[in-house]
Amino acid sequence: MEALADGEYDAIVMGTGLKECVISGLLSVQGMRVLHMDRNNYYGADCASLNLTNLYEKFNAGKPADNLGANRDFNVDLIPKFIMACGNLTKMLLHTKVTRYLEFKSIEGSYVYKGGKILKVPATPEEALRSPLMGLFEKRRFRSFLLFVDRYDENDAETHQGKNLKVMTMRELYDSFGLQPDTHQFISHAMCLELDDVHLDKPALATVKELQTYCYSLSRYGTSPYIYPVYGLGGLPEGFSRLCAIHGGTFMLNHDVDEIVYNDQGEAIGVKSGNAMARAKFVVGDPSYFPKNKVRATGQIVRCICFLNHPIPNCGDLESVQIIIPGPQVNRKNDIFVCSISSSHAVSAKGIYIAIVSTKMEGNDADKEVIPGLALLGHIMQRFTMVATTYAPVSDGHDDKCYISSSFDASSHFEGDVEDLLSLYKRVTGKDLDMTINADSVEADY
Amino acid sequence: MSNRVCHFKLVLLGDTAVGKSCLVVRFVRDEFFEFQEPTIGAAFLTQTVALDDATVKFEIWDTAGQERYRSLAPMYYRGAAAAIIVYDITNPDSFAGAKSWVKELQRRGDTNVVIAMVSLWEFGKNAGNKADLESRRKVDFNEANAYAEENGILHMETSAKNSNNVRALFVEIAKSLPKTIQQPEREAFPIMPQKQESRNCC
Repeated sequence: MEALADGEYDAIVMGTGLKECVISGLLSVQGMRVLHMDRNNYYGADCASLNLTNLYEKFNAGKPADNLGANRDFNVDLIPKFIMACGNLTKMLLHTKVTRYLEFKSIEGSYVYKGGKILKVPATPEEALRSPLMGLFEKRRFRSFLLFVDRYDENDAETHQGKNLKVMTMRELYDSFGLQPDTHQFISHAMCLELDDVHLDKPALATVKELQTYCYSLSRYGTSPYIYPVYGLGGLPEGFSRLCAIHGGTFMLNHDVDEIVYNDQGEAIGVKSGNAMARAKFVVGDPSYFPKNKVRATGQIVRCICFLNHPIPNCGDLESVQIIIPGPQVNRKNDIFVCSISSSHAVSAKGIYIAIVSTKMEGNDADKEVIPGLALLGHIMQRFTMVATTYAPVSDGHDDKCYISSSFDASSHFEGDVEDLLSLYKRVTGKDLDMTINADSVEADY
Repeated sequence: MSNRVCHFKLVLLGDTAVGKSCLVVRFVRDEFFEFQEPTIGAAFLTQTVALDDATVKFEIWDTAGQERYRSLAPMYYRGAAAAIIVYDITNPDSFAGAKSWVKELQRRGDTNVVIAMVSLWEFGKNAGNKADLESRRKVDFNEANAYAEENGILHMETSAKNSNNVRALFVEIAKSLPKTIQQPEREAFPIMPQKQESRNCC
């Protein structure tokens, strides 16, 4: 058997998804020898941004239509997500200085679907007072609730107004401010970005922290709390792969892993690809690189990628927007997310808008689940639908030296995925990653 | 006018161990190591070239080894105003490689990218005097020159020991770059404004 690449490594990482690329980047910064492989000829795995050729190939959709524009102008995300401007992914980008390789632009608008209408999520207190989302008295209650959340500090009892958020549920907290159920729904789904209503009967602290992240992110750039990399999300794993490479990591795209090799104790000791083998102390990867008995299915997510020749109607003709359809508004448990980006973020040719509708599957008919989202888009030039089964590892990896990430979740942002990433990092290294960096105070680092 | 500074991204391309890092370290730090370690540690390096009408500041990206299995990310090519493609005159495969890097660059990079093709000697396994190197030459200078001319590419054979020549290469590239299109200098966390106003070079 020949040596695969240099033959001997500390870690072999499989799949160039965001989580895997962050891990290989962090490991090689710490001096580990890393081999990173991917079966595809592009970076990003499940969260790649594809050009037209690769997109049409993935969906067996024949040749791209001529009226779409040049292949190279397109960077179509397979998993639609935006980045919270002051969330954990931003902290991680700053922590690793991967921001040096990327440019970000804010998302112009954030909308919520209510009573058959698309309404702007207020970005300022003045907007909140003008918003048709609430009646006059409700607006005042909403305002005092937001003031409470803004001042709330877990470690400062004076800011608690006598409420113990570790015990009090979110529903009780809303009620204590006299907020109406419609407003609960709007705050929880469009601002805390909860996917369903389970959080209402849990201690309020976690949800309040989500709201703080939202408000803090919103105040940073104005019109929406989200930022997005120019040229698509695929730039994120690419940036971390460069971090890994400049610290000595070896990258092999277009090389599938045929087999993970184990010792007698069932611990992974390397991988085979063709007639070559590389050894390592452990392997890391996304669920698709591991045998079925090491992962369990956790659900299904439907994602619909649509090409439009116009912005999404009724959202101010913006170049980039997010619309959240709270599940209860359309008789569903799970929210439907609609996002649209365009040439202003360099993900499509001029005049073409990419709209992606996604939600957790509740039944078996994918097309039916996304109807309320598709209905908002107007004329659709072309649509690609995929149903992805999500997986999570069945064990923490200590016994078999197989450290497996979970699939990307159904949310419209990366906060949950970063939690998984931090857990993966801790399982692999035995240490917590220092994430105390503040998005506002890093300039001094440079 | 002489105080205006224009920023350009420049990428290095070429097969493994042809002297890419040696070239850039020579230019940026004016240092020379006969056996340059494979690229480790730097995100990118910067160096300026002063021309009569402007100062050109290069942001130089090295492949960081991702060329070894042809695994360079699209990000690498994106926004590059110039590229230096390095080959080794004692290794004909590296010249064939250089031609395929030119194709890859034309496919992935910006359409107006300025390309230079360079062969570097007097470092690593190409150490030794010029006569000795000529006896091991496998890539004909005229053939390489003709290819470069055909494709509108700058072409140069240069010694890693001779910093003047290396600098001359970057000056040539700097002169070829359109100074009207300015690339912004990278900030710590460059968030672009919603609608960017076009800024002039000055």
